[in-house]
Amino acid sequence: MASLKEVKNKIAGVKKTAQITKAMNMVASARLRGAQTKMEAFRPYSSKFEEAMSNLSGGANTGSFPLMEVRNVATVEMVIVTSDRGLCGSFNANINKLAEKKMKAYEAEGKKVSIVCVGKKGHQYFKKTGKIRKSYTDIMAAFQMFHAREIAQDIADNFVKGAADKVEVLYGHFKSVAIQRPAVQDMLPVQPVANEQEGAKKAVSGDYIYEPSTEEIMDVMQPLYLNVILYHAMLEVGASEHAARMTAMDNATSACRDIVNNLTLIYNKARQAAVTGELMDIVGGAEALKG
Amino acid sequence: MAQQIRLEVVTPNGAVVSEDVDIVNAPGYGGDFGVLANHAPFLSTIRIGLLTYDQGKKRENLMISGGFCEVSNNKITFLVESAEHGKQIDVDRAMRAKERAEQRLAKATQHDDLINRTRAEAALQRALARMKVSKMT
Repeated sequence: MASLKEVKNKIAGVKKTAQITKAMNMVASARLRGAQTKMEAFRPYSSKFEEAMSNLSGGANTGSFPLMEVRNVATVEMVIVTSDRGLCGSFNANINKLAEKKMKAYEAEGKKVSIVCVGKKGHQYFKKTGKIRKSYTDIMAAFQMFHAREIAQDIADNFVKGAADKVEVLYGHFKSVAIQRPAVQDMLPVQPVANEQEGAKKAVSGDYIYEPSTEEIMDVMQPLYLNVILYHAMLEVGASEHAARMTAMDNATSACRDIVNNLTLIYNKARQAAVTGELMDIVGGAEALKG
Repeated sequence: MAQQIRLEVVTPNGAVVSEDVDIVNAPGYGGDFGVLANHAPFLSTIRIGLLTYDQGKKRENLMISGGFCEVSNNKITFLVESAEHGKQIDVDRAMRAKERAEQRLAKATQHDDLINRTRAEAALQRALARMKVSKMT
């Protein structure tokens, strides 16, 4: 059995760890609120955007845009959006595992895979594969629309050049504070947005006047649409990361509490044993003197 | 009271304006345009520049950067990357941004770097638009 002092030190140490994990939990919950507000602020923009896209793609001829061109897929590019920091449970690992699975599946079909990493954790995971085309790290803590724009532009250029024939985004979907799931979204070629509410469209009073032509508007909107997809994925990952960290840190704190309880039990037992031992010594000594 | 049109200005960071207004003037693709109540459905791309709208005698100025706008059902929606009211604009920052953009532009022109040049031009336009709008208020 460990000595009294050792156990005592260990208890103090675990208590300190619990303090840290508790603080991290609180920080994560504060950040989560920020990330969620940001996500909600973005929602009207993205929903309006999709509405306009679906209105437009009904009329436009899809074949003529470089970003919409459907080619024979020889190279798939995966944009893997993860967080920059760890200590958030299996959140990043889940995304990376899904990415790896997809990668293997594509390779089994004889397609080449290239990777663009947004966030450090994906970069670290896929560094050894040598398939990373580009990495954007240390931006997830405080990113803005223009970060997404830069990345989206690069991806679009690469697609137009023909270096990739299909682009997918992998990210952590924020389902609720408790649940985050890895998710995949197609990014390129841009799919014409399906117009589900055929009836709702007719509510519009007459046909739209387009300025400039629909084709030219599409030319402007498609790159923006990529921004929207990517920015959305980044926002989701931002919120999911904090939610996952909150859960992970909560678990860690309660695990610490359990360990402290166990150690206290051991400590008390050891103390009891020591006291008993000492008593035995004293009694034994007294007996000997009597004799 | 004349008829009014609903104006919404939406950026990725949330809605900036959501009001009923008399007239909206905006920098469209082919030149500035004005929109009154009950305008026909309309969709246009937007340049960086000045958006103004009137409510009675009151006129508000807004700096907007590129995006597009949609008019339908007596509602005009701007989807832009950023929008700022005249009084919110940080003039010093715009000034610095202007200088930076000018330097970058000069450098990019020397090296014939098209991407950097278009970016620097956009940055310069944003800075100039900010300064112009802030002067008006």
